[in-house]
Formats: sequence, C-alpha cells, structure tokens
Amino acid sequence: MSVAGLIRMGDNTLVLGQRLSEWCGHAPALEEDIALANMALDLIGQTQLWLGLAASREEAGRDADALAYHRDAWDFRNLLLVEQPNRDFGVTMMRQFLFDCWHFEVLQALAAHPDAEVSAIAQKSVKEVTYHRERSSDTVIALGDGTEESRGRMQGALDRLWPYVGEMFSTDDDDLTDMTALRPAFDAYAETVFAQATLTRPDSDFAHMGGKTGARHSEHLGHMLATMQVLPRSYPDATW
Amino acid sequence: MYAQMIKSEATQDDPEKLAAFQARIDAGDKIEPKDWMPAGYRKTLIRQIGQHAHSEIVGQLPEGNWITRAPTLERKAILLAKVQDEAGHGLYLYCAAETLGVSRDKLTEMLLDGRMKYSSIFSYPTLTWADMGAVGWLVDGAAIMNQVPLQRTSYGPYARSMVRICKEESFHQRQGFDIMMKMANGTEAQKRMAQDALNRFWYPSLMMFGPSDAESVHSEQSMRWRIKMNGNDELRQKFVDQTVPQAEYLGLTIPDETLAWNEEKGGYDFAQPDWSEFFDVLKGNGPCSVERIEARQKAWDDGAWVREARLAHAAKKQAAKVAAE
Ligand SMILES: [Fe+2]
Ligand SMILES: [Fe+2]
Ligand SMILES: [Fe+2]
Repeated sequence: MSVAGLIRMGDNTLVLGQRLSEWCGHAPALEEDIALANMALDLIGQTQLWLGLAASREEAGRDADALAYHRDAWDFRNLLLVEQPNRDFGVTMMRQFLFDCWHFEVLQALAAHPDAEVSAIAQKSVKEVTYHRERSSDTVIALGDGTEESRGRMQGALDRLWPYVGEMFSTDDDDLTDMTALRPAFDAYAETVFAQATLTRPDSDFAHMGGKTGARHSEHLGHMLATMQVLPRSYPDATW
Repeated sequence: MYAQMIKSEATQDDPEKLAAFQARIDAGDKIEPKDWMPAGYRKTLIRQIGQHAHSEIVGQLPEGNWITRAPTLERKAILLAKVQDEAGHGLYLYCAAETLGVSRDKLTEMLLDGRMKYSSIFSYPTLTWADMGAVGWLVDGAAIMNQVPLQRTSYGPYARSMVRICKEESFHQRQGFDIMMKMANGTEAQKRMAQDALNRFWYPSLMMFGPSDAESVHSEQSMRWRIKMNGNDELRQKFVDQTVPQAEYLGLTIPDETLAWNEEKGGYDFAQPDWSEFFDVLKGNGPCSVERIEARQKAWDDGAWVREARLAHAAKKQAAKVAAE
C-alpha cells in the first residue's frame, strides 16, 4: 500500500479545502457562504485522515500537520485542477463539480479497498462527498440554465477547466486504485448534468499533466502554500 | 454591543392599545409577529436586530482574514467552523427581522449605503494569530454578556434566535481562550503576540457596550419594552470583573494602569475607553471601516449574477411544472 497514494488523496482535499476557505465572508449569498465553508470543513477533515494515515505509514516521525505545513510545492501531489484559483463563483463551482464527480467515483472504489484503514476513510468521506456532488450538480444546473449571462459564465468556466480533467484519470502504481477505470462513470454522470445545465462538453480532450506526479505544478500552488504555511515556517519552535 | 446606540422610536399609537401592550410585556408575554405592536416598537426592533445581523456578517471578515493562515489543520477547521457559525447567526437574525416586515435585501442595501451600522469592534484589524484568540475571548465574551439576557427579550423570534446563538457564542469564547492560553504559554514571540492582541482589543471591547447610560437617551424606552435588558455600564462592569482574573491567569497585563479592585463596590475600577474614537468609528472612520464595507459591497455586486440566475432557474422550473400539470 503506497504512502504516495495516500498523500495524493490528502493533498487534493487540503488544496481544495484551502481554496474554498478563501471565499469565507465573500460569497454571493449567505447560504452559499455557509455551504462553501461546509465543504471546506469536510475537506480539511478528510485531509487530517489521509495525511494522518500517510504519516503513520511512512514512519518518518512526521504527522499530518508536518506534511501539510513543511513540504514545498514540488513535494505536493495534488491534481492541477484543485490548485486553480477561485476566479468567480462560476469557476469555483465548476471546479467543485468536476472534482466532486471524480472524488465520488474514487471514494466508492476505495470503500472496498483491502486495506481496512483506507476503506474506513473512504466510507466516511463518500457520505460527505455524495452531498457535495449533489449540491455542486444542482448549482451547475441552476447557473447553466439560469440567465444568458450565467450560462455564458458557466460555459466559459467549463471550457477553461476541461483541460484539467484528463489528469484525474491518468494513473500509475502509486494510485490507490486504477483511475482510468473510473472515467466512463464520470463521463456518464457529467453528461446528464451538462444536458440539464444546457452546457456543451468541450471537443478537445487535451489534458495538462504534472500535478499528481509533482513534475510540474502551476504557478498558483506556490502562492497558496506561502500563505498557508507562513506561521509554522516563520515560527518553527512554536506550538499552536 | 453588536447593537450600539440604537435610537428608540417615540410612538403615537392609541393610548389604550399601548397600555394593553405594555401590560403584556410587563407580564412577561412574548410578542409574536402577528400580534399588534406599536409602530415604534417595530421600528426600533428592526434597527436593533438588523444591526445585530450586520455585525455577525461583517464580523466574518476580521476572522476570515486568518483562515487561510491558520497554523494547524485543527485550528483551521475550528476557525472555519466558527466563522461559518457567525454567518448562520446572521441568517437567523435576518429571518427574525423579516418577521417584522423588512427583507434581507433591503437591510443589506441599508448597510451598504451607510443608513445602518454594524458593531464598532469589527472595524478594527486582526494583525496576528493571537488576535483570533483575543476576538473569541474578548469580543465573543462581551457579546455573550448582552445576548444571554436577550434570550428573555419580549419579541419571540428575536428571543428564540438568541437561544441558538448563545450556545455557539460560549463555545467560541472557550475556543478563543484556548488559543490565548497556547500563545501566552508559548515562545517569546507568541507571548508578545498575545500581549499585543490584548493591548489592541481591550478598549475596543469595552466600547462594545456603548457609551455610559447617563448619555444614552434611548435606553429607557427600550428597557420598558424589554428589548434592552441591562444598562451599558452595568454590563461593562460585569465584563471587566469577569475578564481581569482571566488575564491574570494568562499572565497578561490589561493595558490600564488605573485598574484596581474596589472592595466597597465589589468590582474593579477601570479607565473608560476614548469615546471620541468610538464616535469616529461609528461615523465610518475606524481603521478598517472602509475595507469592511468595500468587501461586503464587492461580494454583493460580484454575486448579483448568481442570485439572478438562481431566481431565473427557479422560475423556469416552476413554469415547467405548471405546464406539465
Ligand atoms: Fe455570532
Ligand atoms: Fe459574534
Ligand atoms: Fe461568535
């Protein structure tokens, strides 16, 4: 069982949780503010589980916080999709939808993983993520179908983020499950939502790669980590 | 408090109805949305509940400022949950205000154009992680002082929202104190942050209770209506008496050289905050006043297309449902 695969799971939830938390106090309506914080909270909680398990399996004297706060960008193994900036609410929710659809399939697969600790985390997380996917689907449908302006923004968001979908389904031996096998279920589900949202799936399946292998992250990740890690890095002797 | 300097409306209703209304309040009855109420009571309550709601929402900003920099995953989760609670408080309070006939959108508009205020405390900046401790400990602490008695206020929906809110506020205060303990018992740098946070937040916290009762012209009517339960000075004294021993326990110094135990009154003597600073803050000259409203205005403007789209989609769904029937 690969520690690198656990770190991939935890880095995805950490980076996306951090992105969502940037919205706090700034969302389009109170209900959205609360819902975004809720998802961020779930993802940070999942991070503690995945990175906690990774730390205990690697036996290098680190804990989840050490992994979150004391690694540089090149050691992060999250997907490029989740480190993309929030931009407007449409991009944020489209990013969320694409991630939730993938995340749901992965967690379903991992719920049956032979490693009991992995399957326990997946079973707990899939309950939360089922709700995330429901809510982000509803939002994509409402905003896609809403007004002319909102449809334009959502189609723009989909076009902009689609090149980050392919990486989610690339796979290697470090992954906890075969990611390529999850693509048909993802496509089928996403297609029904796009239809209701009156959105068109982009033609090109070109995919940016390099996040989950750490070979080449985007420029955005370094800035995020500089903010996120500032206190533990500046005051290494402190406990909080 | 979260509602400061609330102007009480004189009321010109039928004296008989007024007397009967006052009798209900004196008997401890709860006034419900469908009941008759004096126009002044309604107007004053809208102002008070609205200002309280705005304070919860604007109050998200100074703490939201540190969520992305919280120093551990657990602290990040706790702070996120806290700020999310504050948004929830805003939501309950806007709902309570709506029962009086004013919409959330209308109240928001009045906050943004300056006709309505939010608590002076949220116009101060949060500069270090210790401020997350100080805000929970002092600001939520001061809020509780005033909100616990409001659970017995005469207006039913307001009283009920206070019951829910108070439970969460005391949790916030404990979490804030827990951060302060870590900081005050930490490294030299952490101790310095803790003392600095107390230095900056002490007097603004005292201001939360509003100016001395002697100068508060509107208190009396609101007290008779039971929408203000205690005097400002009384609550401020209670807050100081509760907080001084906690600061001692933390090993921090309250930035007031005149602070002394007064055996005779059984409480501390303490220095008043600079009230001219308080009035400047209320006028929009707090250190972060411009940024706070700018942030709320930006959220409102940037979110317009989302709110419109949700309405448009809901209307289309409704129309499709009608057509199918
Ligand atoms: Fe609150
Ligand atoms: Fe509060
Ligand atoms: Fe609070």
